[in-house]
Formats: sequence, C-alpha cells, structure tokens
Amino acid sequence: MTAKIATITSGKGGVGKTTATANLGAALASHGLRVVCIDADIGLRNLDVVMGLENRIVYDFVDVVEGRCKLRQAMIRDKRLENLFLIPAAQTRDKTAVSPQDMIRLGEELRPEFDWVLIDSPAGIERGFRNAIAPADLVLIITNPEVSAVRDADRIIGLIEAEEKGPGRLILNRVKPEMVRRGDMLGVEDILDVLAIELIGIVPEDERVTVATNQGVPIALDPGSKAGQAFQNIARRLLGDDVPFESLESRDGFFGRISRLMRAGGEA
Amino acid sequence: MDTTIDIKGIRDGLLITLPPGRWDEVRQLLIDAVAQRADFFRGARVALQLADRELGAAELGSLRDELSGSDVTLWAVLSTADLTRAAAADLGLARELSPQAGRVAVEPPTQDSALPGEEAILIERTLRSGHSVRYPGHVIVLGDVNPGSEIIAGGHVIVWGRLRGVVHAGAEGDESAVVCALDLAPTQLRIAGHISVSPARKGKPKPEMALVREDQLIAEPWQAKRS
Repeated sequence: MTAKIATITSGKGGVGKTTATANLGAALASHGLRVVCIDADIGLRNLDVVMGLENRIVYDFVDVVEGRCKLRQAMIRDKRLENLFLIPAAQTRDKTAVSPQDMIRLGEELRPEFDWVLIDSPAGIERGFRNAIAPADLVLIITNPEVSAVRDADRIIGLIEAEEKGPGRLILNRVKPEMVRRGDMLGVEDILDVLAIELIGIVPEDERVTVATNQGVPIALDPGSKAGQAFQNIARRLLGDDVPFESLESRDGFFGRISRLMRAGGEA
Repeated sequence: MDTTIDIKGIRDGLLITLPPGRWDEVRQLLIDAVAQRADFFRGARVALQLADRELGAAELGSLRDELSGSDVTLWAVLSTADLTRAAAADLGLARELSPQAGRVAVEPPTQDSALPGEEAILIERTLRSGHSVRYPGHVIVLGDVNPGSEIIAGGHVIVWGRLRGVVHAGAEGDESAVVCALDLAPTQLRIAGHISVSPARKGKPKPEMALVREDQLIAEPWQAKRS
C-alpha cells in the first residue's frame, strides 16, 4: 500500500475542516480502505471529539514525534470502522512542538500501511498550517459561501501554490440552496469565479451534521443525510470516480426557475 | 589545510567560497556540506567562488549534475583562471554576479526604438488575497487580481482579467497614470492622490479605464482610439 496524503485546510476557522476530515475518513474507510486521520491542530484538538474517540486517547501525536511512544501506540481504532484510525493531537502543547520535517517523516512512516492519510489542519496560515501541508500530496481547501471564508480560502490557495502543493481542490461546505436561490448567499459560480480551482464537492447545510458531530458519529454513514451523501461523493471523487455534482435545486420547481431567469434579466 | 566552506546569502541565491586544496577533496567537502544540510540547500541557487583554481568542463559539469541531484542549481562560477572561465562558458554558467547574470541577455534597445521611462513588469498569474505587488514602473497582470491583494505602481496598471483588489496607480504622484481592466471592480482604486471605490456593478462587465480628468477620478468604457 502506498497511501495518498491529503490535507484539509481552510484558513478561516469554523468552516468545517474537522467535520470534513472525520467524514471523509469514514467515507473512505466504508469503501474498505485503510484510513488514518491525523489531528494537526495541536493545542486545540477536537477531531477526537468529532470522531467520538476522546476517551480512548493514551498517547498523542507529539508523544510520537518526541519518541515517548511508537506510532502504533498513538493510533486509535474507530468504534465502527475497523480500518479507520485516528492519531490525536496533543492538547497541552502548541504548534511549535512539531516541525514540517516531523510531519513529512510521520507521513512517510504511515504511507506503506494505509491507503489514505487525512490531515486536519488548524485554522490560520502560521506554523500549524505549514506543518499540516508539508507532507501533503494533495490539499483540499474547504470554504463556506461567505465572503470572509472565500477570501481566506483565496489566501490559502496562494500559499499552497507558493509551496508548490497547489492548486488544490475545493469543498464548498454549508451551502443553503434556498438562500442561494434568493440571491442572499454567494452561489457556487461566484465562488469558483474568484478561486478558480477545481471543485470536488458541495456539501449542503444539514442540521443533522451538528447532531452527529455532538454525538461523535460520522454523518457520512447516515444514508438519509444529504450532507452525508455529499461527503460520500467527495470520497468517491477522491478515488477517481466520476460522480456528478448533487443538484442543489431538487425542490426547485417551475417558479424557481422563472424567478431566477427574471432576476438574471433584471441585472443585465 | 583550511577546510572551511564559506556560504553567504546574496541577492541571487548563495555564494559558496571553496577552500584551496586538492579538487577531489574540496569537491567532497562541498557535497557533504550540501548533504548534511539538505533542507537548507534544497531549491537553492548557488554561485561558486573558485578563485584561481583551474577546472575543466568535465569537472564542473559533473559537479553541477551532482548538485542538481540534491535539488541545488549551480548557476554561476566565479574564477580568475582562463580554463575555468572557458569551461563555465561552455556549460552555459554565468561568470559574474551582475544583475543580468543567469538570465537571457536582452540587448538594450537602440536609441531609435527606445521609449523613455517605460519600465514595466508582467505578472503572469492570478494575484490572490495577501499578495502584494509594488513596482516603481508600470504593472501588467495577465490574470485576475482577487479581493485582498494589492498593486501599487508608479505608473499605469493594466489587468487582463478581473480587477477586484486594491490598486494604486501613479503612486508617486503621477496624475496621468491610468488603470485598465477587462472587469474593473477594485475594492479601492487610487490614482496619485485620488481615491475612489467602485460603484455597484450594473450589467455585464466590460473593459474600462480609470483616469483622472479635471481633478476627478473617473472610469470610462474602453474604446479603440480613432487616430
């Protein structure tokens, strides 16, 4: 096995990096692949909480880097998927405890044993972010349809390009089709216009994500959830499948289209 | 024997001065130094100071190849020995650290064809949030200028793409400077001492040029000048 290393990052906080990491991990693992998720947000760890594995942590990532335990000892097996693992971040340290070289070394150590290594990047553009992208083969940039989040994503893409890791692929999270339709939210087109990178997934806003996250259950395993399906589709696209993009307009009837046409006409 | 390799950062990368001694030993010293600090050297552009050491093209060439194996680019060799200089020339290496060194020499324009004071840079990429371009002459961008980026130019700014960041043309006070873009919608537009924000977009984007006329900063649709 030679794992692909994917880093999930955003620049802005709170757009869904950790949720996306946990769910993509679960989605990839549900295909029978061996997946390890690494929480690179040292000092502010929460991937373990989202994955519902907090109470099983004995060793963490910094313990591995500083040689207090073997890599294997820090890997926590998921409760549901036996081929999904988590390497948690240290909570009592900060980003300087790890260097980009440490990350690259860790990545190389994991590569032979897994199909996918997913790294949950911290917010920001400083050391933690640089650590997280250092070993990446590909970078997934996640953003929300908000001007501030898109601005930060743009900055991140610039930095990734400078590190020659780019251009990366875009996940658009928490899209509310209703608001986009009313013109109250940035549309997919508007965002791609600015960022000009390849889209790999659109995740609709879904209240069940909050519930699932609080319970430490991946929404990707809930076939009834639209967001869960979106994460499953992203996973399949990562695996090279050609999955058409979910229509955000499923309940968009005749009137919706007419009003959109009229609005477009009015703007011209 | 003096076995220290002197490494200095210069504008064009690193300048490495090799100690005297037998070439195979000195060469190994250099290779070891690069290997020991691989992270530091990775991607570096290196100029070698060889003083009066005589080296042939084969020796220089093999060193260059070995360095490039460690992702180090040997681009210049400084030497006073004719043989070494000739070898460097054969390999296409620069022989001095002049500003043009290592690049394709562009003949300065002859008196007849040169236009005075036309200094410009071309940026062939999209400027993303956080990027900043400052240049005393004109700035030409082949790509978009995204919100959160800025261009500050002494002369004109021409954007073949969407201009949405902050742009300042004629930053040193030149009121004749203009800003052109295929889609002129900057966060803020300045020409010399004038400042303006883009009005809300109406209709389809079209090429526009912003300029100062009668002490007013205005933008007008671009039209081919009939002359």
